[in-house]
Amino acid sequence: MKTKLITAALAGIMAAAPALADLTFASLSYRTGPYAANGIPFADGYADYLTLLNERDGGIGGVPINLLECETGYNTEKGVECYESTKGEGVLAYAPLSTGITYQLIPKVTADGIALHTGGYGRTSAKNGEVFRNVFNFPANYWDGASVGIKHLLDINGGDIAGKKIALVYHNSAYGKEPIRTLEELSKKHGYELSLLPVDHPGQEQKSQWLQIRRDRPDYVLMWGWGVMNQVAIQEAVNIRFPMENFIGVWWSGSENDVMAAGAKANGYKALTFHNVGNNFPIFDDIQKHVVDTGKAAGAGDQIGTVLYNRGMYNAMLLTEAVKTAQAMTGNMDISQAEMIKGMEALEMTEDKMAALGLPGFGPSFSVSCQNHGGDGMVAVSQWDANAGTWSLISDYQQSDMSVLQPLIDADSSAFASENNITPNCN
Amino acid sequence: MFYREAGDFKTSYQDDNQTFPIKFDRYRYYFMLFVAFAIIPFMINDYWVNAVFLPFLIYAIAAIGLNILTGYCGQVSLGTGGFMAVGAYAVYKLMTMFPEVSVLIHIVLAGVITAGVGVLFGLPSLRIKGFYLAVATLAAQFFLVWLFNRVPWFYNYSASGQISAPERTFLGEPITGPATEAWAAYLVCLVFVTLSAIVARNLTRGSLGRKWMAIRDMDIAAEIIGVNPLGAKLSAFAISSFFVGLSGALFFAVYLGAVEVGEVFGINKSFLVLFMIIIGGLGSIFGSFAGAAFLVLLPVFLKNVLVGGLGWPTDLAAHLEFMIVGGLIIVFLIAEPHGLAQLWRVTKEKLRLWPFPH
Repeated sequence: MKTKLITAALAGIMAAAPALADLTFASLSYRTGPYAANGIPFADGYADYLTLLNERDGGIGGVPINLLECETGYNTEKGVECYESTKGEGVLAYAPLSTGITYQLIPKVTADGIALHTGGYGRTSAKNGEVFRNVFNFPANYWDGASVGIKHLLDINGGDIAGKKIALVYHNSAYGKEPIRTLEELSKKHGYELSLLPVDHPGQEQKSQWLQIRRDRPDYVLMWGWGVMNQVAIQEAVNIRFPMENFIGVWWSGSENDVMAAGAKANGYKALTFHNVGNNFPIFDDIQKHVVDTGKAAGAGDQIGTVLYNRGMYNAMLLTEAVKTAQAMTGNMDISQAEMIKGMEALEMTEDKMAALGLPGFGPSFSVSCQNHGGDGMVAVSQWDANAGTWSLISDYQQSDMSVLQPLIDADSSAFASENNITPNCN
Repeated sequence: MFYREAGDFKTSYQDDNQTFPIKFDRYRYYFMLFVAFAIIPFMINDYWVNAVFLPFLIYAIAAIGLNILTGYCGQVSLGTGGFMAVGAYAVYKLMTMFPEVSVLIHIVLAGVITAGVGVLFGLPSLRIKGFYLAVATLAAQFFLVWLFNRVPWFYNYSASGQISAPERTFLGEPITGPATEAWAAYLVCLVFVTLSAIVARNLTRGSLGRKWMAIRDMDIAAEIIGVNPLGAKLSAFAISSFFVGLSGALFFAVYLGAVEVGEVFGINKSFLVLFMIIIGGLGSIFGSFAGAAFLVLLPVFLKNVLVGGLGWPTDLAAHLEFMIVGGLIIVFLIAEPHGLAQLWRVTKEKLRLWPFPH
């Protein structure tokens, strides 16, 4: 009886005692506003993966994870407010899921010594880790996306797209403008004609852009869209009967939300991706058991297995793997912000590692180094099957054309370094 | 009892015409300045500055600017966001073209450039009025945002179209860029706000302000008594745009540090500043401050209470925030259509009589 009481009391204390040391993550999410349809699944995936680790493994290396969520509404002012309000809590890494907020945070995290991870978005030249010491954009960036998009077109055209007309429909913001320079450079190399069609925030009105596409009849349309802009663009493409298999979106324009609205006509629409799609992975059983069934799923819990949910989960997975790397390197379980940066610089994702996590073949294997904060830039193409209602990969992961990208990255990052008096180094 | 004219004897015209003729008011004003300049800088951290003080102070300048145009001169403008963008891009171009000149001078020059642009877009006000003028200024808003997005020269041909503020120092202390200390950014904005408020207050009390108000109240009558509508309207546009440009420059250089024109200076910004002066009170400098405080502080306060205090989900809190702020705006405008400034005025009237109201 006595031991039982002591056990009960101990259990009570352990349950009630606040986590003294924990690994803090911040989710600058947007569950409201014109980009909420895309922000919600990502935030859910991000939160659910961290919840899973807490519930199943008791955190990372025995240290529980504390997730701070802050609503930005995809608005840079609120993003800054969120950053300032959470940075005092010892956040290990920020993942703002907004290129605009990323540009705000790059100087701030550099001054504060906190890691910023922008997987698949943000400032592309942050790949050069000698200049952007705190900023990481593995596993792929926009320029990789643009390059692999063109490579895919080369593949389906037998290696020759000279004289073809390619239109880029893009969100008229820092995000949408990122691929332009790469596409221009690539057009010099491959000889296609590029036309640019900007769409202003939030992108609900695109009649004129698609009228122009109808008039110019480009062979292919690439899209850099986000939020409601994606749905509208795909609907407009359906309306002008643009062949869907010639319409390729970047990974932010390739989720279920974007194609569902256009119904069966959206069949065949393609999107780039840097991770696998679908819910056919062992980890989803664990999420069902430890997160959904225990009622701890983030949001409404109806997004599991969608493209953006997977991306949020993948993002959380990469960051927690970086924590594990840092823990192994330092032997310190409750790592500091500086150690987190070291861990991210030494991160190595292998097939075995992903299989052990219940995500076999989920993403490309890559490694990060101090010089290269962007991974290897492996990107695949996925296609929407409207009848089955699923995305599926239709190509292998291909590497981007680094002979074109590397000079651009060097030029942009050295411009940043000279503007901000940074001496590129890896010490 | 304390708040009254009686016993406070003025022996010169200067004393009689001062901004705060009542002794209690005057001391309160000095006390506020003392707290703002000598106490707050020692107590604030990054969060307070970036989430509360900088937005409040900068929006207060923008609201003062718009209040001169809309509240004092009666010209409705929906171009505030566009004019703030002019200020931001002007200061960016000046900072990168002439790095050796002090950024404080650049901020003032950005205001001057914005004043020029404002006069240009104010020209239609001589022919059109009311809602039609609002639409003309709306055109300015869209045109300016389009221009800064379209012409790469304005953003120095950067790949993303973003502008970001390089580090600039004043007396060896960085006041723009990431290394800025919280108190330095705060003091820079505070100095600009204080000077703007003093200048605006005295302009509106002088002959120029009286001309503006005459135009606002009835432009034909004003013309008959000798007010030149061209001069009055264009000076209102110029001075208003100067303050708005100043706030845009500070917003970019000191507060955000990196700006994307469509997102930061969109039409929403124009409406936000317009709501500030409507809620704060048209034709009142105090109202500009009250409106800015209301619309900047309330969302932050609600967020901290709902998410930080009660631990509610962030999306629920964000939606509730909209409802509560919207509801309060309606309540305030029904209870007091002339804004917070009128509430303040009524309070002061009552205080003068208190405790013997008859």
